[in-house]
Amino acid sequence: MSILIYAESVEGKFKKTTFELASYAKKIATEAGTTLTAVTVNAEDESALGQYGVDKVLSVKSDKLKAFNAKAYSDVIKQAAEKEGSKIVVFTSTTDSLYTAPLVAVELEAGFASNVVALPESLSPFTVKRTAFSNKAFNITEISTDVKVIAIGKNSFGLEEAQADAAVEEFSPSLNDNDFTISVENVEKVTGKVTIADAEIVVSGGRGLKGPENWGMIEELAGVLGAATACSKPVSDLGWRPHSEHVGQTGKPVASNLYIAVGISGAIQHIAGINASKVKVVINSDPEAPFFKVADYGVVGDAFEIVPKLTEKLKEFKANNS
Amino acid sequence: MKILVCISHVPDTTSKINFTNGDSEFDTNGVQFVINPNDEFGLTRAIWFKEKQGANVTVVNVGGPDAEATLRKALAIGADEAIRVNANPTDGFFVAKQLAEVAKQGNYDLIIAGKESLDYNGGMVPGMLAALLDFDFVNSCISLDVDGDQAKAVREIDGGKETLSTKLPLVIGGQKGLVEEKDLKIPNMRGIMMARQKKLNVMEPVSADNTTKAVKFEKPAPKSAVKLVDADNLDELVNLLHNEAKVI
Repeated sequence: MSILIYAESVEGKFKKTTFELASYAKKIATEAGTTLTAVTVNAEDESALGQYGVDKVLSVKSDKLKAFNAKAYSDVIKQAAEKEGSKIVVFTSTTDSLYTAPLVAVELEAGFASNVVALPESLSPFTVKRTAFSNKAFNITEISTDVKVIAIGKNSFGLEEAQADAAVEEFSPSLNDNDFTISVENVEKVTGKVTIADAEIVVSGGRGLKGPENWGMIEELAGVLGAATACSKPVSDLGWRPHSEHVGQTGKPVASNLYIAVGISGAIQHIAGINASKVKVVINSDPEAPFFKVADYGVVGDAFEIVPKLTEKLKEFKANNS
Repeated sequence: MKILVCISHVPDTTSKINFTNGDSEFDTNGVQFVINPNDEFGLTRAIWFKEKQGANVTVVNVGGPDAEATLRKALAIGADEAIRVNANPTDGFFVAKQLAEVAKQGNYDLIIAGKESLDYNGGMVPGMLAALLDFDFVNSCISLDVDGDQAKAVREIDGGKETLSTKLPLVIGGQKGLVEEKDLKIPNMRGIMMARQKKLNVMEPVSADNTTKAVKFEKPAPKSAVKLVDADNLDELVNLLHNEAKVI
Protein backbone atom coordinates (compact mmCIF):
# COMPACT_ATOMS: atom_id res chain seq x y z
CA MET A 1 0.00 0.00 0.00
CA SER A 2 3.03 2.26 0.17
CA ILE A 3 3.22 5.43 -1.87
CA LEU A 4 5.54 4.97 -4.87
CA ILE A 5 7.75 7.56 -6.52
CA TYR A 6 9.84 7.20 -9.63
CA ALA A 7 13.14 8.67 -8.41
CA GLU A 8 14.71 9.80 -11.66
CA SER A 9 18.48 10.00 -11.89
CA VAL A 10 20.71 11.46 -14.57
CA GLU A 11 23.95 9.61 -15.14
CA GLY A 12 23.34 7.82 -11.87
CA LYS A 13 22.78 10.96 -9.82
CA PHE A 14 19.59 12.38 -8.35
CA LYS A 15 18.70 15.98 -8.98
CA LYS A 16 16.98 18.41 -6.67
CA THR A 17 13.61 17.74 -8.33
CA THR A 18 13.86 14.10 -7.24
CA PHE A 19 14.45 15.09 -3.60
CA GLU A 20 11.55 17.54 -3.86
CA LEU A 21 9.43 14.67 -5.15
CA ALA A 22 10.41 12.49 -2.19
CA SER A 23 9.66 15.33 0.27
CA TYR A 24 6.23 15.76 -1.25
CA ALA A 25 5.34 12.06 -1.38
CA LYS A 26 6.56 11.51 2.19
CA LYS A 27 3.93 13.99 3.36
CA ILE A 28 1.22 12.02 1.60
CA ALA A 29 2.57 8.75 3.02
CA THR A 30 2.47 10.16 6.55
CA GLU A 31 -1.03 11.51 6.03
CA ALA A 32 -2.17 8.15 4.67
CA GLY A 33 -0.41 6.25 7.46
CA THR A 34 1.86 4.33 5.12
CA THR A 35 5.46 4.22 3.94
CA LEU A 36 7.27 5.69 0.95
CA THR A 37 8.98 3.52 -1.66
CA ALA A 38 11.14 4.80 -4.50
CA VAL A 39 11.94 2.91 -7.66
CA THR A 40 15.28 3.83 -9.25
CA VAL A 41 16.93 2.83 -12.52
CA ASN A 42 20.72 2.58 -12.56
CA ALA A 43 21.07 5.12 -9.75
CA GLU A 44 24.31 5.19 -7.79
CA ASP A 45 23.65 6.48 -4.32
CA GLU A 46 20.15 5.30 -3.45
CA SER A 47 20.70 5.88 0.28
CA ALA A 48 20.65 9.66 -0.37
CA LEU A 49 16.88 9.35 -0.74
CA GLY A 50 16.59 8.45 2.95
CA GLN A 51 17.25 12.03 3.92
CA TYR A 52 13.97 13.04 2.28
CA GLY A 53 11.86 10.32 3.80
CA VAL A 54 12.17 7.33 1.48
CA ASP A 55 11.73 4.16 3.53
CA LYS A 56 12.51 1.63 0.84
CA VAL A 57 14.23 1.69 -2.52
CA LEU A 58 13.51 -0.78 -5.30
CA SER A 59 16.81 -0.55 -7.11
CA VAL A 60 16.85 -1.66 -10.72
CA LYS A 61 20.27 -2.16 -12.31
CA SER A 62 20.24 -3.17 -15.93
CA ASP A 63 22.45 -2.53 -18.93
CA LYS A 64 19.38 -2.74 -21.11
CA LEU A 65 18.02 0.36 -19.36
CA LYS A 66 21.16 2.45 -19.73
CA ALA A 67 19.51 4.79 -22.18
CA PHE A 68 16.14 6.19 -21.14
CA ASN A 69 13.30 4.42 -22.89
CA ALA A 70 9.78 5.49 -21.95
CA LYS A 71 8.11 2.18 -22.71
CA ALA A 72 10.63 0.05 -20.83
CA TYR A 73 10.79 2.48 -17.91
CA SER A 74 7.01 2.57 -17.66
CA ASP A 75 7.03 -1.22 -17.55
CA VAL A 76 9.52 -1.10 -14.65
CA ILE A 77 7.47 1.46 -12.72
CA LYS A 78 4.24 -0.44 -13.30
CA GLN A 79 5.77 -3.63 -11.93
CA ALA A 80 7.15 -1.75 -8.93
CA ALA A 81 3.70 -0.30 -8.21
CA GLU A 82 2.15 -3.74 -8.43
CA LYS A 83 4.79 -5.29 -6.17
CA GLU A 84 4.21 -2.59 -3.54
CA GLY A 85 0.47 -2.57 -4.00
CA SER A 86 0.76 1.21 -4.41
CA LYS A 87 -2.42 3.18 -4.89
CA ILE A 88 -0.63 6.49 -5.42
CA VAL A 89 2.30 6.89 -7.81
CA VAL A 90 4.05 10.26 -8.01
CA PHE A 91 6.36 11.67 -10.70
CA THR A 92 8.36 14.88 -11.19
CA SER A 93 7.75 17.08 -14.23
CA THR A 94 11.01 16.47 -16.05
CA THR A 95 10.75 15.75 -19.76
CA ASP A 96 11.39 12.04 -19.21
CA SER A 97 8.97 11.69 -16.30
CA LEU A 98 6.18 13.42 -18.22
CA TYR A 99 6.92 11.11 -21.16
CA THR A 100 6.57 8.05 -18.93
CA ALA A 101 3.74 8.92 -16.53
CA PRO A 102 0.79 8.67 -18.99
CA LEU A 103 2.03 5.24 -20.12
CA VAL A 104 2.18 4.07 -16.51
CA ALA A 105 -1.30 5.46 -15.90
CA VAL A 106 -2.77 3.38 -18.73
CA GLU A 107 -0.90 0.27 -17.57
CA LEU A 108 -2.23 0.68 -14.03
CA GLU A 109 -5.71 1.77 -15.22
CA ALA A 110 -5.13 4.90 -13.19
CA GLY A 111 -6.37 8.44 -13.60
CA PHE A 112 -3.55 10.94 -14.11
CA ALA A 113 -3.14 14.58 -13.09
CA SER A 114 -0.10 16.65 -14.11
CA ASN A 115 1.14 20.10 -12.99
CA VAL A 116 0.10 19.41 -9.40
CA VAL A 117 1.19 22.33 -7.23
CA ALA A 118 0.16 21.42 -3.68
CA LEU A 119 -0.40 18.45 -1.42
CA PRO A 120 -3.70 16.64 -2.09
CA GLU A 121 -6.63 18.63 -0.76
CA SER A 122 -8.12 15.36 0.37
CA LEU A 123 -7.15 11.69 0.05
CA SER A 124 -10.70 10.39 -0.10
CA PRO A 125 -12.06 11.48 -2.49
CA PHE A 126 -8.61 12.08 -3.95
CA THR A 127 -8.40 15.69 -5.07
CA VAL A 128 -5.38 17.74 -6.10
CA LYS A 129 -4.79 21.32 -7.13
CA ARG A 130 -3.11 21.74 -10.50
CA THR A 131 -2.41 24.61 -12.86
CA ALA A 132 -4.35 24.97 -16.09
CA PHE A 133 -4.81 27.55 -18.83
CA SER A 134 -1.06 28.24 -18.96
CA ASN A 135 -0.87 29.18 -15.29
CA LYS A 136 -3.77 31.59 -15.60
CA ALA A 137 -5.94 29.39 -13.39
CA PHE A 138 -5.94 26.49 -10.98
CA ASN A 139 -8.04 23.43 -11.35
CA ILE A 140 -9.10 21.15 -8.51
CA THR A 141 -9.13 17.69 -10.03
CA GLU A 142 -10.63 14.59 -8.53
CA ILE A 143 -9.10 11.28 -9.55
CA SER A 144 -11.74 8.61 -9.20
CA THR A 145 -9.81 5.44 -10.11
CA ASP A 146 -8.48 2.98 -7.54
CA VAL A 147 -4.85 3.80 -8.45
CA LYS A 148 -3.85 7.44 -8.87
CA VAL A 149 -0.90 8.83 -10.82
CA ILE A 150 0.20 12.44 -10.39
CA ALA A 151 3.13 14.60 -11.51
CA ILE A 152 4.15 17.57 -9.40
CA GLY A 153 5.25 20.87 -10.88
CA LYS A 154 8.87 21.86 -10.43
CA ASN A 155 9.59 24.11 -7.44
CA SER A 156 6.01 23.85 -6.26
CA PHE A 157 6.78 22.17 -2.96
CA GLY A 158 10.43 22.61 -2.04
CA LEU A 159 12.73 20.35 -0.08
CA GLU A 160 11.81 19.00 3.32
CA GLU A 161 14.11 16.67 5.19
CA ALA A 162 12.64 13.62 6.91
CA GLN A 163 15.10 10.95 7.96
CA ALA A 164 14.17 7.42 6.90
CA ASP A 165 15.98 4.17 6.17
CA ALA A 166 16.00 4.03 2.39
CA ALA A 167 16.51 0.28 2.68
CA VAL A 168 17.78 -0.79 -0.72
CA GLU A 169 16.29 -3.89 -2.27
CA GLU A 170 17.40 -5.22 -5.63
CA PHE A 171 14.49 -5.32 -8.05
CA SER A 172 14.55 -7.21 -11.34
CA PRO A 173 11.36 -6.55 -13.27
CA SER A 174 10.75 -8.70 -16.31
CA LEU A 175 11.32 -6.82 -19.52
CA ASN A 176 10.31 -8.01 -22.95
CA ASP A 177 11.52 -7.22 -26.45
CA ASN A 178 8.43 -5.17 -27.13
CA ASP A 179 9.76 -2.62 -24.60
CA PHE A 180 12.77 -1.86 -26.78
CA THR A 181 11.38 -1.08 -30.23
CA ILE A 182 12.67 2.51 -30.12
CA SER A 183 16.42 3.00 -30.03
CA VAL A 184 18.51 6.06 -29.29
CA GLU A 185 20.83 6.99 -32.14
CA ASN A 186 22.35 10.17 -30.88
CA VAL A 187 22.23 12.51 -27.89
CA GLU A 188 23.28 16.15 -27.99
CA LYS A 189 23.49 17.71 -24.60
CA VAL A 190 24.89 21.02 -23.51
CA THR A 191 27.63 20.48 -20.99
CA GLY A 192 29.03 22.92 -18.47
CA LYS A 193 25.97 25.16 -18.66
CA VAL A 194 22.97 25.44 -16.37
CA THR A 195 19.94 24.22 -18.30
CA ILE A 196 16.58 25.97 -18.20
CA ALA A 197 15.02 22.78 -16.85
CA ASP A 198 17.35 22.65 -13.84
CA ALA A 199 17.80 26.34 -13.19
CA GLU A 200 16.72 28.03 -9.97
CA ILE A 201 17.28 31.36 -11.68
CA VAL A 202 16.79 32.25 -15.35
CA VAL A 203 18.07 35.42 -17.03
CA SER A 204 16.26 36.09 -20.26
CA GLY A 205 16.86 38.61 -23.04
CA GLY A 206 14.50 40.09 -25.59
CA ARG A 207 14.60 42.18 -28.72
CA GLY A 208 15.40 45.23 -26.61
CA LEU A 209 18.99 44.00 -26.59
CA LYS A 210 19.24 44.98 -30.27
CA GLY A 211 21.52 42.18 -31.48
CA PRO A 212 23.23 38.88 -30.65
CA GLU A 213 26.53 40.69 -30.06
CA ASN A 214 25.05 42.20 -26.90
CA TRP A 215 24.42 38.91 -25.11
CA GLY A 216 27.72 39.01 -23.25
CA MET A 217 26.20 41.04 -20.45
CA ILE A 218 23.26 38.61 -20.15
CA GLU A 219 25.70 35.73 -19.82
CA GLU A 220 27.73 37.61 -17.23
CA LEU A 221 24.67 38.37 -15.15
CA ALA A 222 23.60 34.72 -15.42
CA GLY A 223 27.12 33.64 -14.51
CA VAL A 224 27.13 35.58 -11.25
CA LEU A 225 23.75 34.13 -10.29
CA GLY A 226 24.48 30.57 -11.43
CA ALA A 227 21.51 31.05 -13.73
CA ALA A 228 20.48 29.66 -17.10
CA THR A 229 20.16 32.02 -20.06
CA ALA A 230 16.96 32.20 -22.09
CA CYS A 231 15.36 34.41 -24.71
CA SER A 232 12.02 35.57 -26.09
CA LYS A 233 10.49 34.17 -29.27
CA PRO A 234 11.45 37.02 -31.65
CA VAL A 235 15.07 36.62 -30.57
CA SER A 236 15.14 32.92 -31.45
CA ASP A 237 13.14 33.55 -34.65
CA LEU A 238 15.74 36.14 -35.68
CA GLY A 239 18.46 33.58 -35.04
CA TRP A 240 20.19 35.72 -32.41
CA ARG A 241 20.01 32.84 -29.95
CA PRO A 242 19.42 29.07 -30.39
CA HIS A 243 15.87 27.70 -30.36
CA SER A 244 16.72 25.72 -27.25
CA GLU A 245 16.78 29.02 -25.32
CA HIS A 246 13.32 30.14 -26.45
CA VAL A 247 10.97 30.28 -23.49
CA GLY A 248 7.27 30.99 -23.73
CA GLN A 249 4.12 29.30 -24.84
CA THR A 250 5.60 27.50 -27.82
CA GLY A 251 9.08 27.33 -26.31
CA LYS A 252 10.30 25.87 -23.08
CA PRO A 253 8.27 26.38 -19.94
CA VAL A 254 10.02 28.07 -17.00
CA ALA A 255 9.19 27.45 -13.35
CA SER A 256 12.24 28.97 -11.69
CA ASN A 257 12.46 30.75 -8.34
CA LEU A 258 13.64 33.92 -10.02
CA TYR A 259 13.11 35.06 -13.61
CA ILE A 260 14.86 38.19 -14.82
CA ALA A 261 13.55 39.62 -18.09
CA VAL A 262 15.79 42.09 -19.86
CA GLY A 263 14.43 44.03 -22.82
CA ILE A 264 11.36 41.77 -23.08
CA SER A 265 8.08 43.61 -23.50
CA GLY A 266 6.02 40.71 -22.13
CA ALA A 267 3.70 39.48 -24.88
CA ILE A 268 0.94 37.30 -23.48
CA GLN A 269 2.47 34.20 -25.13
CA HIS A 270 5.75 34.88 -23.38
CA ILE A 271 4.13 35.40 -19.99
CA ALA A 272 2.14 32.16 -20.41
CA GLY A 273 5.38 30.22 -20.55
CA ILE A 274 7.19 31.84 -17.65
CA ASN A 275 4.37 32.69 -15.27
CA ALA A 276 5.01 29.66 -13.07
CA SER A 277 8.22 31.36 -11.91
CA LYS A 278 7.95 32.55 -8.33
CA VAL A 279 9.60 35.97 -8.51
CA LYS A 280 9.82 38.02 -11.68
CA VAL A 281 12.05 41.01 -12.32
CA VAL A 282 11.77 43.20 -15.41
CA ILE A 283 14.33 45.61 -16.77
CA ASN A 284 12.94 47.67 -19.63
CA SER A 285 13.23 51.20 -20.97
CA ASP A 286 9.51 51.37 -21.69
CA PRO A 287 7.52 51.85 -18.46
CA GLU A 288 4.37 50.85 -20.41
CA ALA A 289 5.75 47.40 -21.30
CA PRO A 290 3.13 44.80 -20.30
CA PHE A 291 5.78 42.85 -18.38
CA PHE A 292 5.56 45.43 -15.57
CA LYS A 293 1.99 44.25 -14.92
CA VAL A 294 3.10 40.72 -14.03
CA ALA A 295 6.49 41.45 -12.48
CA ASP A 296 7.26 41.66 -8.77
CA TYR A 297 10.16 44.07 -9.21
CA GLY A 298 10.92 46.40 -12.05
CA VAL A 299 13.61 48.80 -13.15
CA VAL A 300 12.77 51.35 -15.83
CA GLY A 301 15.79 52.33 -17.84
CA ASP A 302 18.48 51.45 -20.32
CA ALA A 303 19.40 47.76 -20.03
CA PHE A 304 22.88 48.50 -21.40
CA GLU A 305 23.58 50.60 -18.31
CA ILE A 306 21.56 48.69 -15.74
CA VAL A 307 22.62 45.11 -16.44
CA PRO A 308 26.41 45.61 -16.07
CA LYS A 309 25.81 47.67 -12.92
CA LEU A 310 23.50 45.03 -11.47
CA THR A 311 26.10 42.37 -12.26
CA GLU A 312 28.70 44.34 -10.28
CA LYS A 313 26.32 44.80 -7.34
CA LEU A 314 25.55 41.10 -7.31
CA LYS A 315 29.26 40.24 -7.43
CA GLU A 316 29.77 42.37 -4.31
CA PHE A 317 26.76 40.77 -2.68
CA LYS A 318 28.05 37.27 -3.44
CA ALA A 319 31.53 38.16 -2.14
CA ASN A 320 30.05 39.41 1.15
CA ASN A 321 27.61 36.55 1.58
CA SER A 322 29.58 33.47 0.70
CA MET B 1 0.82 6.75 -45.63
CA LYS B 2 -2.34 7.43 -43.65
CA ILE B 3 -1.91 10.16 -41.07
CA LEU B 4 -4.29 11.06 -38.26
CA VAL B 5 -3.80 14.48 -36.68
CA CYS B 6 -5.52 15.03 -33.34
CA ILE B 7 -6.81 18.56 -32.93
CA SER B 8 -7.79 20.25 -29.70
CA HIS B 9 -10.19 23.16 -29.95
CA VAL B 10 -8.79 25.63 -27.42
CA PRO B 11 -9.28 29.25 -26.38
CA ASP B 12 -6.89 31.64 -28.06
CA THR B 13 -3.98 32.65 -25.81
CA THR B 14 -5.21 36.21 -25.52
CA SER B 15 -8.60 35.08 -24.17
CA LYS B 16 -9.83 36.20 -20.82
CA ILE B 17 -10.04 33.15 -18.59
CA ASN B 18 -13.28 33.06 -16.60
CA PHE B 19 -15.39 30.32 -15.10
CA THR B 20 -19.08 29.72 -14.78
CA ASN B 21 -21.59 27.36 -13.16
CA GLY B 22 -20.15 27.72 -9.66
CA ASP B 23 -16.59 27.88 -11.03
CA SER B 24 -16.91 24.32 -12.33
CA GLU B 25 -16.73 25.10 -16.06
CA PHE B 26 -14.75 27.29 -18.39
CA ASP B 27 -16.79 30.28 -19.53
CA THR B 28 -16.74 30.20 -23.33
CA ASN B 29 -18.68 33.43 -23.59
CA GLY B 30 -16.94 35.79 -26.03
CA VAL B 31 -13.94 33.47 -26.35
CA GLN B 32 -12.20 32.96 -29.67
CA PHE B 33 -11.24 29.31 -30.26
CA VAL B 34 -8.27 28.15 -32.31
CA ILE B 35 -6.39 25.00 -33.28
CA ASN B 36 -4.18 24.15 -30.32
CA PRO B 37 -0.73 25.56 -31.25
CA ASN B 38 1.14 22.29 -30.57
CA ASP B 39 -1.37 20.50 -32.83
CA GLU B 40 -0.93 23.07 -35.58
CA PHE B 41 2.79 22.32 -35.82
CA GLY B 42 1.87 18.63 -36.23
CA LEU B 43 -0.84 19.37 -38.78
CA THR B 44 1.57 21.43 -40.86
CA ARG B 45 4.15 18.64 -40.78
CA ALA B 46 1.45 16.15 -41.84
CA ILE B 47 0.60 18.34 -44.83
CA TRP B 48 4.29 18.53 -45.67
CA PHE B 49 4.31 14.71 -45.81
CA LYS B 50 1.23 14.81 -48.02
CA GLU B 51 2.84 17.26 -50.44
CA LYS B 52 6.34 15.80 -50.53
CA GLN B 53 5.91 12.08 -49.94
CA GLY B 54 2.25 11.41 -50.59
CA ALA B 55 -0.08 10.92 -47.63
CA ASN B 56 -3.71 11.11 -46.73
CA VAL B 57 -4.36 13.39 -43.77
CA THR B 58 -7.38 13.04 -41.50
CA VAL B 59 -7.98 15.43 -38.63
CA VAL B 60 -9.95 14.38 -35.57
CA ASN B 61 -11.40 16.21 -32.61
CA VAL B 62 -13.30 15.00 -29.59
CA GLY B 63 -15.77 17.75 -28.85
CA GLY B 64 -19.12 19.38 -29.40
CA PRO B 65 -20.53 20.88 -32.63
CA ASP B 66 -18.79 24.21 -31.92
CA ALA B 67 -15.43 22.48 -32.60
CA GLU B 68 -16.41 21.96 -36.25
CA ALA B 69 -15.24 25.47 -37.15
CA THR B 70 -11.78 24.51 -35.93
CA LEU B 71 -11.87 21.26 -37.93
CA ARG B 72 -12.96 23.20 -41.04
CA LYS B 73 -9.96 25.44 -40.55
CA ALA B 74 -7.71 22.35 -40.49
CA LEU B 75 -9.38 21.19 -43.72
CA ALA B 76 -8.81 24.62 -45.25
CA ILE B 77 -5.14 24.38 -44.34
CA GLY B 78 -4.96 21.13 -46.31
CA ALA B 79 -6.25 18.08 -44.42
CA ASP B 80 -8.29 15.70 -46.58
CA GLU B 81 -11.08 14.80 -44.23
CA ALA B 82 -12.25 15.35 -40.69
CA ILE B 83 -13.86 13.35 -37.91
CA ARG B 84 -15.58 14.74 -34.86
CA VAL B 85 -16.29 12.42 -31.98
CA ASN B 86 -19.40 13.89 -30.45
CA ALA B 87 -18.52 14.07 -26.75
CA ASN B 88 -17.46 16.54 -24.12
CA PRO B 89 -13.67 16.20 -23.73
CA THR B 90 -13.39 16.53 -19.97
CA ASP B 91 -10.92 13.76 -19.14
CA GLY B 92 -7.64 12.87 -20.88
CA PHE B 93 -8.17 9.13 -20.63
CA PHE B 94 -11.68 9.38 -22.06
CA VAL B 95 -10.34 11.41 -25.00
CA ALA B 96 -7.48 8.97 -25.57
CA LYS B 97 -10.00 6.09 -25.64
CA GLN B 98 -12.07 7.84 -28.30
CA LEU B 99 -9.02 8.61 -30.40
CA ALA B 100 -7.79 5.01 -30.07
CA GLU B 101 -11.13 3.83 -31.46
CA VAL B 102 -10.87 6.21 -34.43
CA ALA B 103 -7.26 5.12 -34.98
CA LYS B 104 -8.19 1.42 -34.99
CA GLN B 105 -11.05 1.90 -37.43
CA GLY B 106 -8.94 3.96 -39.83
CA ASN B 107 -5.71 1.89 -39.74
CA TYR B 108 -3.49 4.96 -39.57
CA ASP B 109 0.27 4.62 -39.90
CA LEU B 110 1.14 7.84 -38.15
CA ILE B 111 -0.78 9.67 -35.44
CA ILE B 112 0.29 13.17 -34.50
CA ALA B 113 -1.05 14.96 -31.44
CA GLY B 114 0.26 18.08 -29.73
CA LYS B 115 2.32 17.27 -26.64
CA GLU B 116 -0.16 19.28 -24.57
CA SER B 117 -3.19 21.48 -25.05
CA LEU B 118 -3.34 25.12 -24.20
CA ASP B 119 -6.38 24.79 -21.95
CA TYR B 120 -5.95 21.92 -19.49
CA ASN B 121 -2.19 21.50 -20.09
CA GLY B 122 -2.58 17.85 -19.13
CA GLY B 123 0.01 16.49 -21.57
CA MET B 124 -1.39 13.00 -21.27
CA VAL B 125 -3.44 12.21 -24.36
CA PRO B 126 -0.59 11.32 -26.79
CA GLY B 127 1.04 8.89 -24.34
CA MET B 128 -2.22 7.31 -23.29
CA LEU B 129 -3.26 6.90 -26.92
CA ALA B 130 0.05 5.17 -27.74
CA ALA B 131 -0.29 2.90 -24.71
CA LEU B 132 -3.87 1.96 -25.63
CA LEU B 133 -2.83 1.14 -29.20
CA ASP B 134 0.51 -0.40 -28.18
CA PHE B 135 2.25 1.74 -30.83
CA ASP B 136 5.69 3.26 -30.54
CA PHE B 137 5.57 6.74 -29.03
CA VAL B 138 7.84 9.77 -29.16
CA ASN B 139 6.96 12.74 -26.96
CA SER B 140 8.17 16.36 -27.14
CA CYS B 141 8.99 15.65 -30.77
CA ILE B 142 10.80 18.47 -32.61
CA SER B 143 11.63 16.74 -35.90
CA LEU B 144 10.18 13.79 -37.77
CA ASP B 145 11.21 12.02 -40.97
CA VAL B 146 9.58 8.93 -42.40
CA ASP B 147 11.08 6.58 -44.97
CA GLY B 148 8.89 3.57 -45.81
CA ASP B 149 7.94 2.13 -42.44
CA GLN B 150 11.04 3.49 -40.72
CA ALA B 151 10.97 6.78 -38.86
CA LYS B 152 13.56 9.03 -37.39
CA ALA B 153 12.38 11.38 -34.66
CA VAL B 154 14.18 13.97 -32.58
CA ARG B 155 12.84 14.74 -29.15
CA GLU B 156 13.69 17.52 -26.77
CA ILE B 157 15.34 16.42 -23.54
CA ASP B 158 16.29 18.54 -20.53
CA GLY B 159 19.38 20.37 -21.75
CA GLY B 160 19.48 19.10 -25.30
CA LYS B 161 17.97 16.74 -27.83
CA GLU B 162 17.96 13.07 -28.67
CA THR B 163 17.59 11.34 -32.03
CA LEU B 164 15.51 8.17 -32.01
CA SER B 165 14.98 5.51 -34.62
CA THR B 166 11.57 3.95 -34.62
CA LYS B 167 8.99 2.52 -36.99
CA LEU B 168 5.41 2.91 -38.06
CA PRO B 169 2.77 2.70 -36.73
CA LEU B 170 3.80 5.54 -34.49
CA VAL B 171 2.28 8.13 -32.17
CA ILE B 172 3.94 11.55 -31.87
CA GLY B 173 3.52 14.16 -29.12
CA GLY B 174 4.50 17.14 -31.23
CA GLN B 175 5.54 20.72 -30.63
CA LYS B 176 7.31 23.63 -32.30
CA GLY B 177 10.23 22.31 -34.31
CA LEU B 178 8.17 19.74 -36.24
CA VAL B 179 7.87 22.79 -38.44
CA GLU B 180 8.85 26.37 -37.67
CA GLU B 181 6.40 29.12 -36.96
CA LYS B 182 7.04 30.71 -40.36
CA ASP B 183 5.93 27.47 -42.05
CA LEU B 184 2.46 27.57 -40.46
CA LYS B 185 -0.24 28.12 -43.05
CA ILE B 186 -3.02 30.63 -43.03
CA PRO B 187 -5.98 29.23 -44.96
CA ASN B 188 -6.48 31.00 -48.30
CA MET B 189 -9.81 31.55 -50.05
CA ARG B 190 -9.35 28.50 -52.28
CA GLY B 191 -8.59 26.35 -49.25
CA ILE B 192 -11.64 27.65 -47.42
CA MET B 193 -13.88 26.99 -50.46
CA MET B 194 -12.48 23.49 -50.88
CA ALA B 195 -12.87 22.74 -47.17
CA ARG B 196 -16.64 23.13 -47.56
CA GLN B 197 -16.69 20.18 -49.94
CA LYS B 198 -14.59 17.91 -47.76
CA LYS B 199 -16.06 15.22 -45.56
CA LEU B 200 -16.62 15.93 -41.89
CA ASN B 201 -17.93 12.77 -40.25
CA VAL B 202 -19.53 12.81 -36.85
CA MET B 203 -19.07 9.68 -34.75
CA GLU B 204 -20.73 8.83 -31.49
CA PRO B 205 -18.30 8.08 -28.63
CA VAL B 206 -17.50 4.60 -27.40
CA SER B 207 -18.22 4.05 -23.75
CA ALA B 208 -15.25 4.81 -21.54
CA ASP B 209 -14.83 5.78 -17.93
CA ASN B 210 -13.93 9.27 -16.89
CA THR B 211 -10.92 8.74 -14.64
CA THR B 212 -10.68 12.34 -13.51
CA LYS B 213 -13.06 15.21 -13.02
CA ALA B 214 -12.44 18.94 -12.78
CA VAL B 215 -14.29 19.72 -9.58
CA LYS B 216 -13.59 23.40 -9.48
CA PHE B 217 -11.52 26.17 -11.03
CA GLU B 218 -9.83 29.00 -9.20
CA LYS B 219 -8.10 32.10 -10.39
CA PRO B 220 -4.80 33.09 -8.80
CA ALA B 221 -5.03 35.77 -6.13
CA PRO B 222 -4.71 39.22 -7.69
CA LYS B 223 -1.09 40.22 -7.94
CA SER B 224 0.19 43.16 -6.01
CA ALA B 225 1.60 45.96 -8.11
CA VAL B 226 5.19 45.85 -9.28
CA LYS B 227 7.74 47.43 -6.96
CA LEU B 228 9.79 49.84 -9.00
CA VAL B 229 13.41 50.33 -8.13
CA ASP B 230 15.33 53.36 -9.34
CA ALA B 231 17.99 52.58 -11.93
CA ASP B 232 20.49 54.48 -9.76
CA ASN B 233 19.66 52.45 -6.68
CA LEU B 234 20.33 48.86 -7.70
CA ASP B 235 21.57 48.04 -4.18
CA GLU B 236 17.93 48.24 -3.25
CA LEU B 237 17.03 45.60 -5.87
CA VAL B 238 19.73 43.26 -4.54
CA ASN B 239 18.45 43.90 -1.03
CA LEU B 240 14.82 43.14 -2.01
CA LEU B 241 15.76 39.96 -3.84
CA HIS B 242 17.77 38.80 -0.84
CA ASN B 243 15.73 39.91 2.16
CA GLU B 244 12.18 40.18 0.87
CA ALA B 245 11.87 37.68 -2.00
CA LYS B 246 14.63 35.44 -0.57
CA VAL B 247 15.63 34.18 -4.00
CA ILE B 248 19.33 35.04 -3.90
